[in-house]
Amino acid sequence: MNIAIRSLLEVQETSLLVARAFRRLFRRPIYLTEMFTQADVIGVGSLTIILLTGFFTGGVLTLQTYPTLKYYGAQDQTGYLVALSLVRELGPVLTALMCTGRVGSAIAAELGSMVVSQQIDAMRALGTDPVRKLVAPRLVALVVTLPLLTVVADVIGIIGGGAVSTGLYGMPMESFFSSVRHGITTDDITGGVIKPVVFALIIGSVACNKGLSTEGGTVGVGRSTTSAVVTASILVIVADFFLAKALQVILNMPGK
Amino acid sequence: MASTELETQQRMDAAIEGVDNRVSEAAAESTFQEIEDDARAIPAIEFQHVTLGFGDRNVLDDLSFKVMKGETKIILGGSGTGKSTTIKLVLGLLKPDEGRVFVNGEDVTDYGEYEMMRVRKNIGMIFQEGALFDSLSVYENVAYRLHEQGVPEDEAEQEVRRMLRFVNLEDAIDKMPAELSGGMRRRVGIARALVGAPQIVMFDEPTAGLDPPTARTICELAIKLRDLEDVSSMFVTHEMNNVEYLTSEYAAVNDEGEVIFEEEGQKLCLINTKIMMIRDGHIIFSGTDEQLTKTDDPYIKRFLRGK
Repeated sequence: MNIAIRSLLEVQETSLLVARAFRRLFRRPIYLTEMFTQADVIGVGSLTIILLTGFFTGGVLTLQTYPTLKYYGAQDQTGYLVALSLVRELGPVLTALMCTGRVGSAIAAELGSMVVSQQIDAMRALGTDPVRKLVAPRLVALVVTLPLLTVVADVIGIIGGGAVSTGLYGMPMESFFSSVRHGITTDDITGGVIKPVVFALIIGSVACNKGLSTEGGTVGVGRSTTSAVVTASILVIVADFFLAKALQVILNMPGK
Repeated sequence: MASTELETQQRMDAAIEGVDNRVSEAAAESTFQEIEDDARAIPAIEFQHVTLGFGDRNVLDDLSFKVMKGETKIILGGSGTGKSTTIKLVLGLLKPDEGRVFVNGEDVTDYGEYEMMRVRKNIGMIFQEGALFDSLSVYENVAYRLHEQGVPEDEAEQEVRRMLRFVNLEDAIDKMPAELSGGMRRRVGIARALVGAPQIVMFDEPTAGLDPPTARTICELAIKLRDLEDVSSMFVTHEMNNVEYLTSEYAAVNDEGEVIFEEEGQKLCLINTKIMMIRDGHIIFSGTDEQLTKTDDPYIKRFLRGK
């Protein structure tokens, strides 16, 4: 089977998995506890890395853009530029990539191990649908928590940018934040929250599908995990491009 | 004939008639039971010309057999001959490419996952390595099916303790699977599979890699299920001592209410245990242990003796 057919089959399998997960979400039993547990593991558990990533990304953005803007005499626009980059692009994409590494790999490895140790078969034999019990709660938890984590990353990034502009370049804090307030529109924020919903679906579905289709023992678990992280990361970046363009058209943003 | 003799004769005839009546009542009762027993004539599991392939290779090729109610079918065969695949087909974990699979007379071949869930409620499955859920304690593992069904916690705990007593592991109730030995994991797996009193139980190499006494304990559990609980089962193995235990011993309850294991012989001959041997996806032997030992097939002979 050549790579194109294999990829298409994988897209089909992943799409079917997502469809099955959402269809079964509304059938009893609904695993609410499992959803909250996953939201805690995925959302609260990722908070530290998101805070660190967000803060230093905002900081380095200021570090790189302030001198250039100053050259053109537009240094009072630093806050605007940093906030816009973060809210529209870097916040959603970096949060998604960090979560792919942390959460996507964990999901693929956990489900993969369950497959090779026959726990998935045991679950089915005991009358539980693994898609409902394992996949659906993870997808829901990701779809709920990733936009929240993105907002946290955006806010902390802007604070990081403000801290660098004040601390290193002596720019007044008020001036930085007023350019943020005046520059950012509701559409920017809306777009920045829609993106992580799509990214969450990508990360969750790819990781779950790779995990559940694990073959070949513990080596297979490693392969599935690597493959889940690589595939989801690439898909997030590719999807980001198309989403950015689609949002420009839908929300009538500059760049159309 | 004197009148007294005549009366005596009449009384005797009446008495005999009375006895005859009682016999015919008993016969009617037994006939009634036989009607009930007709349900037993429906096989617990039936395969009709089942074929399944992975890639280019047919793992099972035109496999047909029946497991009757209360019967234990030992499935023998080397590694990779399709033994485990066979029991996965019963549970619907795999679907055949061709042929039909029946469970309790119900054709489950084309059932989707949702319909299969109902069928699986009546089947217990014991996996090779136990397949316990690592993140759950022994209690939660055994109570899994009950928790899923929303059974109240008090009832669930009673049932879990009863099942763990059955496998002699009540002390391990609060342990995590990682803290258990291989044999204990298998026994917890058995307890988990038996919750809800399934009438069909699948054993997938339950004694592989275990020390002889633990393996013996697991075989005793299978014998107890067969003889005391009227469970139909498929017992996949490639270990000949398992075959010997299952085909030559039966469980009974003595006067003190204890379960004892006795060898078949003068008192009783076991007819509820059959052996089926699979090689390259085909059934190469089907019958009793006596027939197996008398076979002339060189492969089976080598399999039995190991040389």
